[in-house]
Amino acid sequence: MTDAANTSVRVILPAHLRALAKIQGEIRVDIPGEVTQRAVLDAVEAEFPMLLGTIRDRSTAKRRPFVRFYACEEDLSHEEPDALLPERVVHGEEPFLVIGAMAGG
Amino acid sequence: MASTRVLVGTRKGAFRLISDEGRTEWTVDGPHFPGWEIYHVKGSPLNPDRIYASQTSGWFGQVIQRSDDGGASWDTVGNDFSYQGEVGEHQWYDGSLRPWNFTRVWHLEPSLHDAETVYAGVEDAALFKSTDGGHQWTELAGLRQHDTGPQWQPGAGGMCLHTVLQHPTDPERLYVAISAAGAFRTADGGRSWQPINKGLRSGEIPDQDSEVGHCVHRIDMHPSYPDVIYMQKHWDVMRTKDAGDTWHEVSGNLPSDFGFPIAVHAHEPETVYVVPISSDSHHFPPEGKLRAYRSRTGGEEWEPLTTGLPQQHCYVNVLRDAMAVDQHESCGVYFGTTGGQVYASNDSGDTWAPIVHDLPAVLSVEVQTLP
Repeated sequence: MTDAANTSVRVILPAHLRALAKIQGEIRVDIPGEVTQRAVLDAVEAEFPMLLGTIRDRSTAKRRPFVRFYACEEDLSHEEPDALLPERVVHGEEPFLVIGAMAGG
Repeated sequence: MASTRVLVGTRKGAFRLISDEGRTEWTVDGPHFPGWEIYHVKGSPLNPDRIYASQTSGWFGQVIQRSDDGGASWDTVGNDFSYQGEVGEHQWYDGSLRPWNFTRVWHLEPSLHDAETVYAGVEDAALFKSTDGGHQWTELAGLRQHDTGPQWQPGAGGMCLHTVLQHPTDPERLYVAISAAGAFRTADGGRSWQPINKGLRSGEIPDQDSEVGHCVHRIDMHPSYPDVIYMQKHWDVMRTKDAGDTWHEVSGNLPSDFGFPIAVHAHEPETVYVVPISSDSHHFPPEGKLRAYRSRTGGEEWEPLTTGLPQQHCYVNVLRDAMAVDQHESCGVYFGTTGGQVYASNDSGDTWAPIVHDLPAVLSVEVQTLP
């Protein structure tokens, strides 16, 4: 959903971060300007400041090693933070997913 | 009637174990923060309803939780543990130098002197202080920036600052312990620090008399004698009577002087508890018998405490922050194991009973004695 000022982006967080933010299900964040990974994560952290440092390192702002970003069945984890997200995310047809990477046996 | 609240941090969440002064019937509450590693949970001695928890995860990093209702509900506070000034480098396992890198909070120590002040000991080793209830953290950087800092190196569990002891009357005086750098003290609120490792002898390092490099597992003191400190080192149980100027071994007749926790009785300053572990390669009790040991003489002479503890086929460990004493008239002693048991004694260690059997591996145990 897009209006003149903001784009509303759907975001799905992993269960641990939903518990930390005391939310259930998918969230929406409003993005002013270009819809990039950085803009979405900035908006998520602004609305849920308890998530600061849990997705991106606080000092470097880099993705934490065991966190991945998916959308439209693609792994966007290694995209540049300022690369535009897929149109289907911008138009609200697909969510931006934050994933705890599979690790362990 | 007084009550008792045991705060347990585990590999997969936090638990509260609640009882009355009798400490025979317990209510188990939890897990709080299920699925997260809870390295430490500790309440303020000035405001027992104020409790802090270190919540950490290899995926999602460090979170600090705070409760103002005794642990019934929690809210996140600050988690920005940025080192102050030049980060610098320390020794790595292979002898190379690596930059200090914040990993997690091992230990939270609410102040004895101010209800809004709390200290955090972290990995890579540094001490942080908050004076606003955990919202903002500032490093006491004089410790990490000590001249010996580049010589510090991690123990097997990481280069962690795991113990903070506070002088009972002087807020400027603190002791900390770091694996594997040693013990340090400050007399000026953390601006400057002095290594206090003279007398420690560690076979793991080439220079036995080195100023730093000793793998101190835990230190404790009785508030009525703040110059007397007890230490469980990697190997050796040690004691100082001069605030760390000199240490002397008091392992005495222990079946093994390797171990992690050490605790001092609430009312008897020379009564000390340890849990001997076979060795640094075994990490389980000698002979498969889980025995706490008690000395009533400040060390050297130790007696096994076995009643109610498993005396066969027991191969758990007891980690450094997983032992505590309460303040009841009949002093309670508690410890948790990597097998998920929390044992309690309501008679200074004479007899023991498990409060719970099957928690996740226990990382820390603290206890609050409530009016």
